[in-house]
Amino acid sequence: METSFTPIASLVGGALIGLAALLMMASVGRIAGVSGIVSRLLPPRPEMSGMPTGIAFVLGLLLAAPLTVLATGYVPEVNVSSNLSVLVLAGVLVGFGSVLGSGCTSGHGVCGMSRLSVRSIAATLTFMATGVGVVYLMRHVL
Amino acid sequence: MNIKALAAALLTGLLFGVGLIVSGMTNPAKVQNFLDISGSWDPSLAFVMGGAIAVTLPGYIWLGRRQGPWFASAFQWPTASDLDVRLLGGAAVFGAGWGLGGFCPGPVLASVSLGAVGTMVFVAAMCTGFVLAKLAR
Repeated sequence: METSFTPIASLVGGALIGLAALLMMASVGRIAGVSGIVSRLLPPRPEMSGMPTGIAFVLGLLLAAPLTVLATGYVPEVNVSSNLSVLVLAGVLVGFGSVLGSGCTSGHGVCGMSRLSVRSIAATLTFMATGVGVVYLMRHVL
Repeated sequence: MNIKALAAALLTGLLFGVGLIVSGMTNPAKVQNFLDISGSWDPSLAFVMGGAIAVTLPGYIWLGRRQGPWFASAFQWPTASDLDVRLLGGAAVFGAGWGLGGFCPGPVLASVSLGAVGTMVFVAAMCTGFVLAKLAR
Protein backbone atom coordinates (compact mmCIF):
# COMPACT_ATOMS: atom_id res chain seq x y z
CA MET A 1 0.00 0.00 0.00
CA GLU A 2 1.25 3.46 -0.97
CA THR A 3 1.99 6.07 1.71
CA SER A 4 2.79 9.70 0.97
CA PHE A 5 6.28 11.09 1.58
CA THR A 6 6.05 13.45 4.58
CA PRO A 7 9.48 15.10 5.01
CA ILE A 8 8.34 18.01 7.22
CA ALA A 9 6.08 16.03 9.58
CA SER A 10 8.68 13.28 9.82
CA LEU A 11 11.49 15.75 10.55
CA VAL A 12 9.38 17.51 13.22
CA GLY A 13 8.24 14.19 14.74
CA GLY A 14 11.85 12.99 14.67
CA ALA A 15 12.99 16.15 16.49
CA LEU A 16 10.37 15.48 19.21
CA ILE A 17 11.68 11.91 19.54
CA GLY A 18 15.20 13.30 19.81
CA LEU A 19 14.08 15.79 22.45
CA ALA A 20 12.46 12.92 24.42
CA ALA A 21 15.68 10.88 24.22
CA LEU A 22 17.61 13.90 25.47
CA LEU A 23 15.15 14.55 28.32
CA MET A 24 15.40 10.92 29.42
CA MET A 25 19.17 11.22 29.88
CA ALA A 26 19.01 14.75 31.33
CA SER A 27 16.34 13.87 33.91
CA VAL A 28 16.85 10.25 34.99
CA GLY A 29 20.20 9.49 33.33
CA ARG A 30 18.98 6.69 31.08
CA ILE A 31 19.06 5.79 27.39
CA ALA A 32 15.58 6.05 25.84
CA GLY A 33 15.66 2.59 24.31
CA VAL A 34 12.16 1.16 24.27
CA SER A 35 13.11 -2.53 24.00
CA GLY A 36 15.52 -2.16 26.92
CA ILE A 37 13.07 -0.25 29.11
CA VAL A 38 10.19 -2.68 28.50
CA SER A 39 12.20 -5.91 28.64
CA ARG A 40 13.78 -4.89 31.97
CA LEU A 41 10.26 -4.67 33.45
CA LEU A 42 9.53 -8.28 32.48
CA PRO A 43 10.55 -11.64 33.98
CA PRO A 44 12.93 -13.38 34.46
CA ARG A 45 14.81 -11.13 36.92
CA PRO A 46 13.01 -7.81 36.34
CA GLU A 47 15.26 -4.86 37.23
CA MET A 48 13.80 -3.33 40.38
CA SER A 49 15.85 -0.10 40.49
CA GLY A 50 14.67 1.21 37.12
CA MET A 51 11.11 -0.05 37.47
CA PRO A 52 9.21 3.07 38.63
CA THR A 53 10.65 5.33 35.91
CA GLY A 54 10.36 2.53 33.35
CA ILE A 55 6.67 2.07 34.09
CA ALA A 56 6.10 5.84 33.99
CA PHE A 57 7.84 6.08 30.58
CA VAL A 58 5.76 3.20 29.13
CA LEU A 59 2.58 4.77 30.54
CA GLY A 60 3.43 8.04 28.78
CA LEU A 61 4.05 6.17 25.53
CA LEU A 62 0.68 4.38 25.83
CA LEU A 63 -1.15 7.64 26.60
CA ALA A 64 0.27 9.50 23.59
CA ALA A 65 -2.31 8.25 21.06
CA PRO A 66 -5.46 8.69 23.20
CA LEU A 67 -4.33 12.16 24.32
CA THR A 68 -3.56 13.14 20.70
CA VAL A 69 -7.05 12.03 19.67
CA LEU A 70 -8.63 13.92 22.59
CA ALA A 71 -6.62 17.10 22.03
CA THR A 72 -6.75 17.33 18.24
CA GLY A 73 -9.41 14.91 16.99
CA TYR A 74 -6.76 13.43 14.69
CA VAL A 75 -6.77 9.63 14.71
CA PRO A 76 -3.36 8.28 13.61
CA GLU A 77 -3.53 5.94 10.64
CA VAL A 78 -2.42 2.38 11.47
CA ASN A 79 -2.46 0.07 8.43
CA VAL A 80 -1.51 -3.14 10.16
CA SER A 81 -1.53 -6.57 8.50
CA SER A 82 -4.66 -8.66 9.03
CA ASN A 83 -2.58 -11.84 8.97
CA LEU A 84 -2.27 -12.53 12.68
CA SER A 85 0.19 -15.43 12.34
CA VAL A 86 2.59 -13.13 10.46
CA LEU A 87 2.21 -10.55 13.23
CA VAL A 88 2.91 -13.15 15.92
CA LEU A 89 6.08 -14.26 14.13
CA ALA A 90 7.13 -10.62 13.53
CA GLY A 91 6.49 -9.68 17.16
CA VAL A 92 8.50 -12.60 18.55
CA LEU A 93 11.41 -11.82 16.19
CA VAL A 94 11.35 -8.12 17.16
CA GLY A 95 11.25 -8.91 20.88
CA PHE A 96 13.84 -11.69 20.80
CA GLY A 97 16.20 -9.90 18.40
CA SER A 98 16.15 -6.55 20.19
CA VAL A 99 17.01 -8.08 23.58
CA LEU A 100 19.71 -10.32 22.06
CA GLY A 101 21.14 -7.36 20.12
CA SER A 102 20.83 -4.97 23.10
CA GLY A 103 18.58 -2.46 21.36
CA CYS A 104 16.09 -1.48 18.70
CA THR A 105 15.41 1.52 16.47
CA SER A 106 15.32 3.89 19.47
CA GLY A 107 18.23 2.54 21.53
CA HIS A 108 20.62 1.89 18.63
CA GLY A 109 19.08 3.97 15.81
CA VAL A 110 18.54 7.20 17.74
CA CYS A 111 20.44 7.13 21.05
CA GLY A 112 23.42 4.99 19.98
CA MET A 113 23.86 6.73 16.64
CA SER A 114 23.80 10.06 18.51
CA ARG A 115 26.67 8.84 20.70
CA LEU A 116 28.46 7.76 17.49
CA SER A 117 28.69 4.27 19.03
CA VAL A 118 30.32 1.81 16.62
CA ARG A 119 28.14 -0.98 18.04
CA SER A 120 24.95 0.99 17.39
CA ILE A 121 25.99 2.04 13.89
CA ALA A 122 26.76 -1.61 13.04
CA ALA A 123 23.46 -2.78 14.59
CA THR A 124 21.44 -0.11 12.74
CA LEU A 125 23.02 -0.99 9.38
CA THR A 126 22.36 -4.69 10.09
CA PHE A 127 18.67 -4.33 11.00
CA MET A 128 18.08 -1.95 8.08
CA ALA A 129 19.64 -4.53 5.76
CA THR A 130 17.61 -7.51 6.98
CA GLY A 131 14.45 -5.35 7.06
CA VAL A 132 15.00 -4.35 3.42
CA GLY A 133 15.71 -8.00 2.55
CA VAL A 134 12.57 -9.34 4.22
CA VAL A 135 10.30 -6.69 2.66
CA TYR A 136 11.88 -7.40 -0.74
CA LEU A 137 11.20 -11.15 -0.34
CA MET A 138 7.68 -10.53 0.90
CA ARG A 139 6.63 -8.04 -1.76
CA HIS A 140 8.65 -8.96 -4.83
CA VAL A 141 9.60 -12.64 -4.58
CA LEU A 142 7.01 -14.67 -2.62
CA MET B 1 12.12 7.28 44.18
CA ASN B 2 11.28 10.92 43.85
CA ILE B 3 8.15 12.21 42.22
CA LYS B 4 10.06 14.53 39.88
CA ALA B 5 11.84 11.57 38.26
CA LEU B 6 8.51 9.80 37.75
CA ALA B 7 6.90 12.90 36.26
CA ALA B 8 9.90 13.43 33.97
CA ALA B 9 9.79 9.80 32.76
CA LEU B 10 6.03 10.03 32.13
CA LEU B 11 6.42 13.26 30.14
CA THR B 12 9.36 11.79 28.25
CA GLY B 13 7.30 8.75 27.23
CA LEU B 14 4.44 11.01 26.18
CA LEU B 15 6.71 13.28 24.13
CA PHE B 16 8.34 10.22 22.56
CA GLY B 17 4.91 8.82 21.62
CA VAL B 18 3.68 12.12 20.19
CA GLY B 19 6.89 12.34 18.14
CA LEU B 20 6.27 8.85 16.76
CA ILE B 21 2.67 9.77 15.86
CA VAL B 22 3.59 13.11 14.23
CA SER B 23 6.40 11.45 12.27
CA GLY B 24 4.03 8.81 10.87
CA MET B 25 6.05 5.89 12.26
CA THR B 26 3.02 4.44 14.09
CA ASN B 27 1.79 3.35 10.64
CA PRO B 28 3.50 0.03 9.76
CA ALA B 29 2.74 0.54 6.06
CA LYS B 30 4.95 3.66 6.13
CA VAL B 31 7.82 1.75 7.76
CA GLN B 32 7.55 -1.13 5.26
CA ASN B 33 7.48 1.37 2.39
CA PHE B 34 10.74 2.87 3.69
CA LEU B 35 12.26 -0.61 3.54
CA ASP B 36 10.77 -1.27 0.06
CA ILE B 37 13.45 0.56 -1.90
CA SER B 38 12.66 -1.11 -5.22
CA GLY B 39 8.88 -0.74 -4.78
CA SER B 40 6.62 1.94 -3.27
CA TRP B 41 9.55 3.67 -1.53
CA ASP B 42 8.69 6.30 1.10
CA PRO B 43 11.90 7.89 2.43
CA SER B 44 10.14 9.57 5.40
CA LEU B 45 11.78 7.33 8.04
CA ALA B 46 15.22 8.67 7.11
CA PHE B 47 13.91 12.16 7.99
CA VAL B 48 12.64 10.86 11.35
CA MET B 49 16.07 9.50 12.25
CA GLY B 50 17.76 12.61 10.90
CA GLY B 51 15.47 14.91 12.91
CA ALA B 52 16.00 12.87 16.08
CA ILE B 53 19.79 12.66 15.78
CA ALA B 54 20.01 16.38 14.96
CA VAL B 55 18.58 17.05 18.44
CA THR B 56 20.02 14.15 20.47
CA LEU B 57 23.62 14.28 19.21
CA PRO B 58 24.38 17.90 20.22
CA GLY B 59 22.23 17.40 23.33
CA TYR B 60 24.27 14.41 24.47
CA ILE B 61 27.50 16.38 23.93
CA TRP B 62 26.08 19.13 26.16
CA LEU B 63 25.03 16.58 28.81
CA GLY B 64 28.47 14.97 28.67
CA ARG B 65 29.92 18.13 30.19
CA ARG B 66 27.48 18.06 33.11
CA GLN B 67 28.01 16.32 36.46
CA GLY B 68 24.86 14.22 36.42
CA PRO B 69 21.14 14.07 35.63
CA TRP B 70 18.57 16.28 37.36
CA PHE B 71 16.69 13.58 39.26
CA ALA B 72 19.08 10.62 39.58
CA SER B 73 22.59 10.07 40.91
CA ALA B 74 24.51 9.44 37.68
CA PHE B 75 24.26 9.21 33.90
CA GLN B 76 24.04 5.57 32.82
CA TRP B 77 25.89 5.73 29.49
CA PRO B 78 26.32 2.33 27.80
CA THR B 79 29.87 1.01 28.11
CA ALA B 80 30.02 -2.03 25.78
CA SER B 81 32.27 -1.55 22.75
CA ASP B 82 32.78 -4.96 21.14
CA LEU B 83 31.14 -6.03 17.88
CA ASP B 84 30.05 -9.57 18.69
CA VAL B 85 27.80 -12.22 17.20
CA ARG B 86 25.04 -11.50 19.72
CA LEU B 87 24.84 -7.83 18.74
CA LEU B 88 24.81 -8.41 14.98
CA GLY B 89 22.75 -11.64 15.11
CA GLY B 90 20.20 -9.97 17.37
CA ALA B 91 20.02 -6.91 15.12
CA ALA B 92 19.55 -9.16 12.06
CA VAL B 93 16.67 -11.05 13.73
CA PHE B 94 15.14 -7.78 14.94
CA GLY B 95 15.32 -6.29 11.42
CA ALA B 96 13.62 -9.35 9.91
CA GLY B 97 10.69 -8.99 12.34
CA TRP B 98 10.62 -5.22 11.77
CA GLY B 99 10.29 -5.73 8.01
CA LEU B 100 7.77 -8.53 8.38
CA GLY B 101 5.39 -6.61 10.67
CA GLY B 102 6.34 -2.97 10.03
CA PHE B 103 6.50 -2.36 13.78
CA CYS B 104 9.32 -1.86 16.25
CA PRO B 105 8.83 -1.53 20.03
CA GLY B 106 8.26 2.26 20.32
CA PRO B 107 5.70 2.75 17.55
CA VAL B 108 3.68 -0.37 18.41
CA LEU B 109 3.37 0.74 22.05
CA ALA B 110 2.47 4.27 20.95
CA SER B 111 -0.37 2.96 18.77
CA VAL B 112 -1.64 -0.08 20.72
CA SER B 113 -4.07 2.09 22.72
CA LEU B 114 -5.95 2.82 19.49
CA GLY B 115 -7.22 -0.73 19.79
CA ALA B 116 -6.37 -2.42 16.47
CA VAL B 117 -6.30 -6.19 16.99
CA GLY B 118 -3.07 -6.56 14.99
CA THR B 119 -1.15 -4.14 17.23
CA MET B 120 -2.35 -5.92 20.39
CA VAL B 121 -1.32 -9.30 18.99
CA PHE B 122 2.08 -7.86 18.03
CA VAL B 123 2.66 -6.40 21.52
CA ALA B 124 1.83 -9.75 23.18
CA ALA B 125 4.18 -11.60 20.79
CA MET B 126 6.93 -9.00 21.25
CA CYS B 127 6.76 -9.28 25.06
CA THR B 128 6.97 -13.08 24.67
CA GLY B 129 10.10 -12.52 22.56
CA PHE B 130 11.59 -10.26 25.26
CA VAL B 131 11.03 -12.95 27.91
CA LEU B 132 12.36 -15.76 25.66
CA ALA B 133 15.56 -13.81 24.95
CA LYS B 134 16.08 -13.12 28.65
CA LEU B 135 15.53 -16.82 29.43
CA ALA B 136 18.03 -17.79 26.73
CA ARG B 137 20.70 -15.47 28.13
